[in-house]
Amino acid sequence: MTLTDIAPDAVAAKTDAPAVRVDGLVKRFGRGPLVLDGVSLEVSAGEFVCLLGASGCGKSTLLSLLAGLDRPTSGTVTVTGGRAGLMFQEPALLPWLTASRNVELALRLADGSARGARSWAARRERRAEALRLLAVVRLENAADKRPHELSGGMRQRVALARALAQRPRVLLMDEPFAALDAITRDVLHEELSRLWAETGVTVVFVTHNVREAVRLGERVLLMSSKPGRIVEEYVVDIDGERRIESPDVAALSIQITERLRAEIRRHA
Amino acid sequence: MPEKSSTVSEDTLASLERGLDALTTEVADRRPWWRRGLGTVVPPLCAVAFLLAVWQALVMAKVKPDYLLPSPAQVWASVSEQWNLGALPRAIWLSVSRGLFGFAVSVAVATPLGLLVARVRVVRAAIGSLLSGLQTLPSVAWVPAAILWFGLSPMTIFVVVLLGAVPSIANGMVAGIDQIQPLHLRVGRVLGARGLTAARHIVLPAALPGYLAGLKQGWAFSWRSLMAAELIAQSPRLGTGLGQLMDTGRELTDMSLVFGMIVVILLVGVAIDQLIFTPLERVTLRRRGLAQA
Repeated sequence: MTLTDIAPDAVAAKTDAPAVRVDGLVKRFGRGPLVLDGVSLEVSAGEFVCLLGASGCGKSTLLSLLAGLDRPTSGTVTVTGGRAGLMFQEPALLPWLTASRNVELALRLADGSARGARSWAARRERRAEALRLLAVVRLENAADKRPHELSGGMRQRVALARALAQRPRVLLMDEPFAALDAITRDVLHEELSRLWAETGVTVVFVTHNVREAVRLGERVLLMSSKPGRIVEEYVVDIDGERRIESPDVAALSIQITERLRAEIRRHA
Repeated sequence: MPEKSSTVSEDTLASLERGLDALTTEVADRRPWWRRGLGTVVPPLCAVAFLLAVWQALVMAKVKPDYLLPSPAQVWASVSEQWNLGALPRAIWLSVSRGLFGFAVSVAVATPLGLLVARVRVVRAAIGSLLSGLQTLPSVAWVPAAILWFGLSPMTIFVVVLLGAVPSIANGMVAGIDQIQPLHLRVGRVLGARGLTAARHIVLPAALPGYLAGLKQGWAFSWRSLMAAELIAQSPRLGTGLGQLMDTGRELTDMSLVFGMIVVILLVGVAIDQLIFTPLERVTLRRRGLAQA
């Protein structure tokens, strides 16, 4: 990827400060064991980074800290561009709202207590913006459907549109496709790659699926478990087409899996 | 565009997604509305017809003399006589307006009370179990005390209705809030909802199904309490509600009137539930995919 290909403001940000910066991050809950032990990482603006690890590596905890939902025990977390967008493994759509209304609520809350946020004009504007965002994930025809009327993949796309509605510089994703069937997951990989390429948003993607990490990321950070540390970094240097079945993806996946297994065997 | 191009072209991906969406979306029930309506109307009508048949059979078998067990036709004659006299419409209006007024006041009292119990830990510790305990106390138990406090006045009746309905509605609110999925609260935080904003956009709508169930039960308790109070508290100052009309039947040993009033009280209670609360609940649940169409 060349610099000129990214959105102009992302280029500016890239030369200035990283989009995400984590320094010596330590987290423990109450008097429990260490969950994260001295995690440091930097993510450039417009980069796609995958955090990979087995259960108990604290990847979800790390993401919660990045999202500002929790406070670190020590160390610092800096995310530029204000609030980060967050997607969970569950779509977590509000069941009493239609797809469009779910997105509109995110827009409404992003506006905060701005004056005129409740006016009819503002509402119409939010509706139009929500439809535009739903069109980005190709769900403009499902705007007035309720979550229970949508399939798992469609719900997750609405959740993606809702996360984008927060106009985040950084999109945090916590195993968002783990609960989907393989065909849908594959299509959503394409969709996410396309979206990332078009918007220049920074993505931090948490997964326990090695191939998924290699399929999507520019960089894969491997984490150890109990306590969580970053033990290895892989730059995914695959040109052109990249699919979950690509030999290049498979080759790197084997290498990472070996390292991951070695890490897990330490706990035997 | 970065070099990392998508594997498939834009159009292919778009049509792929639309195909997948079509495959994974369920098709709505396409039976015409009257066919679906038939399925919900016919079974209860059959059940009522069956009960009437059993009743008629018992009358014809002369299980009890007819002044103790009147036939459906006699009860019907008695009810239509009261209707034509104008006593029944007046009694229905008096009881229903009292019941709905008492219910409305109960809602106004119980809603903030429920919110308080659900959200403030000290309040819950203090009166939470008392509130659910009160639900098991038959509200007719309040009638003697209310008569001693307020005499034979409309106030007595309202107090009994209130004490019957408030615990149900407040408990419904508490249950509704307790049953909110933590994930939805988390989403609210991620989207930036705090305090009152979170209450308005997340907590209250999420608690609605439980609250509506509480309202439904609250109405049932209001109506029951009202009838208990009307049956016991008799005074010209109270007018003639359905309960009092039934008591008149008892005094006259007019079994047809007593039976007729039982049926009317049942029908009015069911009608209000079916016309107001059940549709509200059904729409709410169906929208959330929690009930069958």
